[in-house]
Amino acid sequence: MSDAARSRSLVVLGFASGLVFGFGLVLGGMTRPENILAFLDLGGLTNGSWDGRLMLVMGSAIAVFLPAWIFVSKRGRPLLAQKLAVPPDAPIDARLLGGAAIFGVGWGLAGYCPGPALVSLGAGLLDADILAPATIFVLAMIGGQRLVILSERRAPNDAAAAATQSQSACSPDAPDAAE
Amino acid sequence: MDMTLILPLGGGALIGAAAAALLVLGGRVAGISGILAGAISGARERTWRIAFVVGLVLAGFIAARVIPGAANAPPRTFFLVLVAGLLVGVGTRIGGGCTSGHGVCGIGRLSKRSLVATLVFMATGALTAFGARVVIEAIS
Repeated sequence: MSDAARSRSLVVLGFASGLVFGFGLVLGGMTRPENILAFLDLGGLTNGSWDGRLMLVMGSAIAVFLPAWIFVSKRGRPLLAQKLAVPPDAPIDARLLGGAAIFGVGWGLAGYCPGPALVSLGAGLLDADILAPATIFVLAMIGGQRLVILSERRAPNDAAAAATQSQSACSPDAPDAAE
Repeated sequence: MDMTLILPLGGGALIGAAAAALLVLGGRVAGISGILAGAISGARERTWRIAFVVGLVLAGFIAARVIPGAANAPPRTFFLVLVAGLLVGVGTRIGGGCTSGHGVCGIGRLSKRSLVATLVFMATGALTAFGARVVIEAIS
């Protein structure tokens, strides 16, 4: 396959994967933020309002994904593309822990994580009640990502110094590869 | 089996299948925070990421036409939603992933990093969801 054909097939694949992923999020109830909050809020265990279904969604997704990973990592390369572009195995550092902690606070505040928020944007195209919060969230999320990217670009030396201090092998480019 | 179990299991299987296809065929990881950032300003490989985001949004649009109550709004004020979005953007960028990248694809690759990240964001998410509800109930 030529490079152009390969990159075209990656675009079609990306679209199809996003579409199916989105349907999965909807079926799993992830686009109803009340479900997410009812899962995260363990206070619900005391009065029976706790909703454990998110564990089923995640467990089921991992169970389907894991064999695919085993297959492709043994094979060494994917079927269509030339290289396997997976995040390098970096150490568990302050960036990972701090970033995950901040993300969790945002997730627990509104019940939106990136995927369901983007799906909600589409679901809200003809429904202002959903469109307004989904738009606010997605724009703020993009803004938050930009803030981090710009601050790292403006102070690459600081970022590099911080990375060294936390004994991380991360270059300022590492977050790109880490997703 | 109860529909309340079949839907989450089936939804999860679709998520896993979508991520598996992207990995096995394209060699790419379906981490949505990273895909979104790359779709907005990626220097390379921007087009497939844009296509993935379009797929997600289109799925929501179609689902909302077909399934009543496919999505609804967060039970929170716009101000809280705005703050939540900012924190999710900053946190996923610094921490290198979200529920999909760390939670599904990372754990699904048996990555210790992703398992730790997932435990951390679940813990702070749980504390925040509980704390926010208590405060909101107290002031309303």
